[in-house]
Amino acid sequence: MMSTQDAYYIPHKATWPIAATLGLLTSLAGFANYLNGNAAGSTFMLIGLGIFILMLAGWFTMQATESETGMYNRGVGISYRMGMMWFIFSEIMFFAVFFGTLWYTRNLSVDWLAGIGEGPGRSSGLLWPSFEAVWPTNGPGNVGGEYEPMGAFGLPLLNTLLLLTSGVTCTWAHHGLLANNRSQLIKGLAATVGLGFLFVGFQALEYMEAYHDMGLTLGSGIYGSTFFMLTGFHGFHVCVGAIILSVVLFRSWKGHFTPENHFAFEAAAWYWHFVDVVWLGLFIFVYMM
Amino acid sequence: MSAVTAEHDHDEHHDHGPEKGFLRWIVTTNHKDIGTLYLFFALAMFFVGGTMALIIRAELFEPGMQFVTPQFFNSMTTMHALVMVFGAVMPAFVGFANWLIPMMIGAPDMALPRMNNMSFWMLVAGVMMLASTLFMEGGAPASGWTLYPPLVLQTGAALPFAIFSVHLLGISSIMGAINIIATIFNMRAPKMTLMKMPLFVWTWLITAFLLIAIMPVFAGAVTMLLTDRFFDTSFFDAAGGGDPVLYQHIFWFFGHPEVYVMILPTFGIASTIIPVFARKALFGYSSMVYATAAIAFLSFIVWAHHMFTVGMPLSGELYFMYATMLIAIPTGVKIFNWTATMWRGSMTFETPMLFSIAFVVLFTLGGFTGLMMALAPIDFQYHDTYFIVAHFHYTLVPASVFILMAGGYFWLPKWTGNMYDERLGQLHFWLSAVSVNILFFPQHFLGLAGMPRRIPDYAVQFSDWNMVSSIGAFIFGFSQLMFVYIVVKTIKGGTGEKVTDEVWEGAAQHSLEWTLPSPVPYHTFATPPENIPTEHY
Ligand code: HEM
Ligand SMILES: [Cu+2]
Repeated sequence: MMSTQDAYYIPHKATWPIAATLGLLTSLAGFANYLNGNAAGSTFMLIGLGIFILMLAGWFTMQATESETGMYNRGVGISYRMGMMWFIFSEIMFFAVFFGTLWYTRNLSVDWLAGIGEGPGRSSGLLWPSFEAVWPTNGPGNVGGEYEPMGAFGLPLLNTLLLLTSGVTCTWAHHGLLANNRSQLIKGLAATVGLGFLFVGFQALEYMEAYHDMGLTLGSGIYGSTFFMLTGFHGFHVCVGAIILSVVLFRSWKGHFTPENHFAFEAAAWYWHFVDVVWLGLFIFVYMM
Repeated sequence: MSAVTAEHDHDEHHDHGPEKGFLRWIVTTNHKDIGTLYLFFALAMFFVGGTMALIIRAELFEPGMQFVTPQFFNSMTTMHALVMVFGAVMPAFVGFANWLIPMMIGAPDMALPRMNNMSFWMLVAGVMMLASTLFMEGGAPASGWTLYPPLVLQTGAALPFAIFSVHLLGISSIMGAINIIATIFNMRAPKMTLMKMPLFVWTWLITAFLLIAIMPVFAGAVTMLLTDRFFDTSFFDAAGGGDPVLYQHIFWFFGHPEVYVMILPTFGIASTIIPVFARKALFGYSSMVYATAAIAFLSFIVWAHHMFTVGMPLSGELYFMYATMLIAIPTGVKIFNWTATMWRGSMTFETPMLFSIAFVVLFTLGGFTGLMMALAPIDFQYHDTYFIVAHFHYTLVPASVFILMAGGYFWLPKWTGNMYDERLGQLHFWLSAVSVNILFFPQHFLGLAGMPRRIPDYAVQFSDWNMVSSIGAFIFGFSQLMFVYIVVKTIKGGTGEKVTDEVWEGAAQHSLEWTLPSPVPYHTFATPPENIPTEHY
């Protein structure tokens, strides 16, 4: 009855959204309690997270089943694609805030603090007479103590190569899918997922080095703040992207997707390329410059 | 394109009416149900926020401290604004969008119905979390809705809750906006070309774009507040090389487009109602579309007009001053077009039209005071006084809120099949229109005379106008109870008079929803309509 090819599929009811809301609300309320030093907070956070993960599994299984039984026509596919595109746009704006913060502090407010420039600069110079505008900085208060800035040409360069390669393997997998070559699809995806997790591993290593050997922490003034906020949110997105790709890999292995019908693959690939591009921005503006 | 409304693991062959019982309202994916949920939720929040406003006005009735502590007073100004913006006005417009956009473009439903359900529940979660801060140690946030550091970082236990509520509200808005864009681009009836869409659809398309662009920015800003407070970062702390003014830049990059999120759909509804009661086509349809787009574009490049006194380089002051003044041009185009639409129309003055005309007049006033404050040297005096309170309340209450009321009266007969009581509607209008001016007009005088905003006590020279303003506030607040009464009565059968499909004379020539039966069936346009009304352009 829902099989006519030109029919737009409209679900009759939805039970997962309320689970999603309850999960997120519980975990955020738990997190807030935890931050306020409330012992029960972390328990609620984990419970909420558990609900949320179950919800994701349930909802996406349902979507996959519906997709594989041919309930979505082209129109539905277009809606999903638009949804994903605009979601990625919102993510771009989210990262733009932190890139903007980096730009503003490096180019404007650190100078003003040191008394350079018209307007605000004139008075701040009197407040911090011995402060010099150099980047990186942890401010006139030497907040967080001595630290060593992160170089670009060790692990970060390696990570850049890893991520760029993963973009290529992802595209290779897509070509495999379009050519109905399942083994190429699976190999390409497996390589992408592997490279993704390798990236995360190396980043963890880099963070450990920063915290233990270089004295560089989230608390190292504005440099530490921007460094860890930008790379941290990016790393989180790599994790999410790699998990999404793993699900797509699993589905490919189960025989899902056809050259015509593979929204999940495309969405995951777009997301992956987005994460890739953000990293290039990071490598240039956070590590190299 | 046609639609199926099946749930595969559900009994396949029933009539696809609503789910039975209370559960219907939790699991629904129907755009009309979700629209109703949004509208009732918004109405409830309108009274929650309104109660807070009356607490503020009661305290300000006389100089001296009467009822509340200064801390609680500041919590009230903060929570009033947040509840009204995120709990009342925005959700109300999303409610209208849900009800109307699919019907106006001839679509069977929203493009992503499950996500539609989730947007609503995330909104409820966000507002609940925000409201919970009222009962916390240290009280609700008292920094003003702008949440400026370093002040906001002194909030007690409420801070992380307030921040996460912003995240939840952001998720809700972004999902809602994505859904609206996908619906408009992908679900239009084949013959509904973009330049045939009713203006309400156009304004929401552009609003949705604004929302996706700015909600993540606000989320990022409050995330930095969170890390500054709990994770040792120095984003807004000069000692660590950060800058508290940076927060203001980020906030207003969100905040200015945000006020347009509340006004663009207002423009859309006004442009829908006025032609019907003027019995003419909307004057300058395409210029309305372009003006909307221009306002949206400009809204991204004027944010620092909220920061003229914060200490910016002179070049910044000048740039933001001129850029802000530019907004008056597309805004003026719109006001001209509404006036020209009425010009020589055979007008009648039913309640929706009365509210719409009041909107045109009073919004213009708010626009003018905006223009005054756009002048940097003049704003040095007006900034953070009651003048700006008067400005934005004129753009929000007799504009956005009046148009929401107008929309309610306009479409309620269509949705319920019952006519509202016109006499009561007109009484509601006149009470509102007169009292809103008693409430907000004197605030211009107070501001010009130097009374600061967000202050629980004041010098005696400000007593008289504060008293007048408070009296207006109570009349306005209690008049709104009439609206609830009228709405409930209409839903329960109204005047007993059954309305026609068109409801308003000639309305079916303006927009598709009037071609449907009244009350509208649960599912509409399973097959796309053939004839597209063309009166509006
Ligand atoms: C002609 C168009 C407008 C212009 C030129 C304009 C200009 C301004 C300026 C310069 C300020 C800052 C005043 C100050 O802080 O000293 C301001 C504040 C404000 N405006 Fe407008 N405005 C316009 C339209 C609107 C509209 C349509 C809305 C909402 C629907 C709005 C809502 C607000 C709000 C809420 C504030 C105060 C924000 C706060 O500090 O809490 N404005 N406006
Ligand atoms: Cu503004």
